Amino acid sequence: MAEQMPGKPPMLPRVALALAVCSGLIAHAQDAAGDGAWPMAAHDYANTRFSPLDQVNARNVHSLKLAFSFKTGTTRGNEAAPVVVGSTMYVVTPFPDYLYALDLSRPGANVKWRFDPKPKASAQGVACCDTVNRGVAYDGGRIFMNTLDGDTIAVDAASGNEIWRAHLGDITRGETITMAPVVVKGKVLVGNSGGELGVRGWLTALDAATGKIAWRAWSTGPDADVLIGERFKPHYAQDRGKDLGKTTWPPDAWKIGGGNAWGWISYDPKLDLIYYGTGNPGPWNPDQRPGANKWTSGVFARDPASGEAVWYYQWSPHDLHDYDGVNENVLVDLPIGGKTRAVLLHPDRNGYLYVLDRATGEVLSADPFATITTSFGVDLGDGKLRYNPEKTPRAGRVVHDICPASPGAKDWQPSAWSPRTHLLYIPHNNLCQDAGTYETSYIAGTPYVGADVKMKPGPGGNRGEVLAWDPLARKKVWAIDEKFPAWSGALVTAGDVVFYGTMDGWFKAVDARDGKLLWKFKTDSGVIGQPVSYRGPDGRQYIAVLDGVGGWAGGVVSADIDTRDGSAGLGFTNVMKDLPQYTKKGGTLYVFSLP
Amino acid sequence: MRALLVLIGLAVALGGCDREERKLAKLPSAAPSPATGERRGDLQPGQKGSGLEQTTSSRSFDGKNAFELAQGKRLFRWYNCSGCHSMGGGGMGPALMDNRWIYGHEPDDIYRTIMEGRPNGMPSFRGRIPDAQVWQIVGYIRSISGLAPKAAAPGRNDGLAVTRPENERERATPRNAPGSG
Ligand code: HEC
Repeated sequence: MAEQMPGKPPMLPRVALALAVCSGLIAHAQDAAGDGAWPMAAHDYANTRFSPLDQVNARNVHSLKLAFSFKTGTTRGNEAAPVVVGSTMYVVTPFPDYLYALDLSRPGANVKWRFDPKPKASAQGVACCDTVNRGVAYDGGRIFMNTLDGDTIAVDAASGNEIWRAHLGDITRGETITMAPVVVKGKVLVGNSGGELGVRGWLTALDAATGKIAWRAWSTGPDADVLIGERFKPHYAQDRGKDLGKTTWPPDAWKIGGGNAWGWISYDPKLDLIYYGTGNPGPWNPDQRPGANKWTSGVFARDPASGEAVWYYQWSPHDLHDYDGVNENVLVDLPIGGKTRAVLLHPDRNGYLYVLDRATGEVLSADPFATITTSFGVDLGDGKLRYNPEKTPRAGRVVHDICPASPGAKDWQPSAWSPRTHLLYIPHNNLCQDAGTYETSYIAGTPYVGADVKMKPGPGGNRGEVLAWDPLARKKVWAIDEKFPAWSGALVTAGDVVFYGTMDGWFKAVDARDGKLLWKFKTDSGVIGQPVSYRGPDGRQYIAVLDGVGGWAGGVVSADIDTRDGSAGLGFTNVMKDLPQYTKKGGTLYVFSLP
Repeated sequence: MRALLVLIGLAVALGGCDREERKLAKLPSAAPSPATGERRGDLQPGQKGSGLEQTTSSRSFDGKNAFELAQGKRLFRWYNCSGCHSMGGGGMGPALMDNRWIYGHEPDDIYRTIMEGRPNGMPSFRGRIPDAQVWQIVGYIRSISGLAPKAAAPGRNDGLAVTRPENERERATPRNAPGSG
C-alpha cells in the first residue's frame, strides 16, 4: 500500500496531471540512463556504474558538501543503490523492504510516497547474510522491486501503488530474494538466494506488463529445466553433454544443490544476450557432492526472450570454498590481438579477473587480482581452473590458510568501469581462512553448509582493498588499503573521480588515474551501499550513497553477533571482531553536491 | 572451618552425582511438558507431512547432567540449530551466548521457542524433534550463556576451535526483553 505522507494534499489530482503531461516522456531503462539518470542499480545494461556527468571532477571534488540526507528508518545492512529517474529518487531499504520516492525538485527532497510491501517476518530467519536488498529497477513508468520473502512487485512510479505482485520464492524451503532486478525487452529478470540452505537456484523472467512468468531457467537439473537446447554452444568440452546439471551430481543432490542467481545481470543489445553468474553449490562440504556440480559457480549467456542458454563457463568447477560465481560481468569492447573484441570483465570470488569473449564464452585471460592459495591458475587451453590439492577440504581435518576465504577475493560488491581511463575499479576483500568440513543433514528450511570456517586477514593485514585494474596490460595500476573488507560498490564519473565507502564509515572520493584521496566524509554508520551519481532537476550533479553497515561482513554490528564466537555469521565474525569499535548500526541516505 | 570444608566437599560430591547420573530410559514424569500453542511464524523445517507423531510428552528438563548437556550439544548441530545460531554467537538467528533473551531464558520459555517457533524467523520444530531431545537441547542452550553448572557444561568442541567451550563461560545474568516468556 502506498502511504500518504502527512501534511501533504491528497495525491490523486497531481498524479493525474503528471500522467497526462508525462505520458509521452515515460522513459525506458536504457534511454533514461544517458541523461543524467540512474535507472537501475548498475546504471546501465553493461554494468559500468560510470556516470557521464563531469561537473564534479578531480580538481573540485574537495569542496563537495552534503546537500541533504534522509533516514531510512531501518538498521540492517543497506546494500542498495538509489535509483533516480526524472525528478524522483527511489530508495529501497533492507527488510521490511520499504520503497521510498523522494521528490528531488523540492528543497530537502521530501517523501512523495512510501510503499510498504509487508514481507513475512519469518523471512528474516532464512536470509543467510543479513536481510539486505540490493536495489530496484525503473522501466516504463514502473519500479520493479523484490522482497526478502520472495515476491517481485511492480509499483507505479508516480503514485506508489502496487500494479502486480508475483510470488516466486518459498521461505519455508529457505528461499529468499535479495538481488536487484533488471528489465530487458519487457521482461523483469529475477534470481533467488539461498545457497546456504540447499535452495535450488533459478533465474526467472516475468512479463513486465502483467507479472506472469515468461520463463524460468534452473541452475541445476535436466537440460529441459536449465533451458539448454539446440542453441547451447559452450566453448569448452567439459561443458558439453546431455543433462550435465544432473549427471555431475550424486543422485538427487542437484535438487538441493544451490547455484542461486543472486548477483548481477548484464545485457548486450547487439548480441541480444543476457549474462549472469550462478552461486555456490550446496552444501559447502564438497565431499557430499562429488562431481563438477553443473551449473553452479559459473556464468550463463542466454537469450532474454526465450531464456535459452547460448553458452556457459564454469569459474569454479566442483567449488570447494563457497566461491559463488555471481559477481558482475562488465561488458566492454577492448582491442585485443589487433582487433576490437566484445568481452566481459569479471572479478571472481576465486581471485581471478577474467576476460571472456562474450559472444562465445572463451576465456581470453584470467589473472589473479588478490592473494590465491587455493589454485595455481586458469589453463587458457582447456579453460580449467587448476586447484591446489593441499587446500582441498577433507572431513575431519582442518585446512589452514585458504586464500581467498569464503566471501572470496571479492563478494557481491560491484566494480565500476571508466571508458575514459579504461580501468576497472574493484572494491574487494583480503581475507584467508582455516576450515574444517563435516557431514551435514538436509532439513528443508534450515542451513545446509557442513563447514566451520575461521577467517583471518590476508597478507599485509588490511582486510580490504580498492584497486584499479587494467584489463589490457592485465595488471593492477593502483591500490588503496582498507582496514575492513571494501564491501561497498564503486562509482566512477566522467570527472575522473572514483567514489566508494568503507565499513568504518568513510565515504571517499579518489582520483581515477592514480588513486589519490581527494575528499572524504564521515558517515554515521559504515557504508556498504552502492554510490550513484545523477543530474538533479536544477541541472547540477549529485552523488548519493546509503550508509547502514551490515551484510555478511557487518553482522557483528547489524545483527548483534557475539564476537566471542569466531564461527558466528558463517565464520565472518572471527575477522570482524573490532568493527563495533569503529561504527554502529544506521540507515541514512546522503546526497552531496558542489556548493 | 572444618564443617565448612565438609559441606563444600559434600556439595561437590552431590554436584558430581548429578553430573554423572545417566537416566537410560526416561519414564514420563508426573509433570507434563508445558502446553505449546500456535506455531509463531511460517517456518517448519523438513518436508511437510513427514514429521514425528508425538506420543508422550513429559517435562524432563535436567540442566545439571553432563550427559544430557553433551547430548544437547550434539543435537544442536544435528538439527542445524548451529547453522543459524553458530556456536552461540548467532548469524541468521540471534546470539544465544549473551545475556539478552527476546523470549525468556527459563527452561519452559526455551522449550516453547523451539516447539512453537518465533515470528521473526525461528522455525517451529514441533513434530520434528522428540520431546526428550528438545529438553536436552534446552539444557544445552542454557549452558551456552553459562546458566548451567560448570561441572556439567560441555568442555570441548568437535569442530574447529573458534570459541571457548561452554564450561569456561561466565554466567551471563539474563536480561529478558519486556513482555517476554
Ligand atoms: C533458519 C534459522 C534458524 C534455525 C535453523 C534455528 N533458529 Fe533459533 N532462532 C532463529 C531466529 C531468526 C530467531 C529470532 C526469532 C525472533 O526474534 O522472533 C531464533 C530464536 C531462537 C531462540 C530465542 C532466543 C531469545 O533471545 O529468546 C532460541 C532459544 C533458539 N532460537 C534456539 C534454537 C534451537 C534450539 C534450534 C534448533 C532446534 C534453532 N534455534 C534453530 C533462527 C533459527
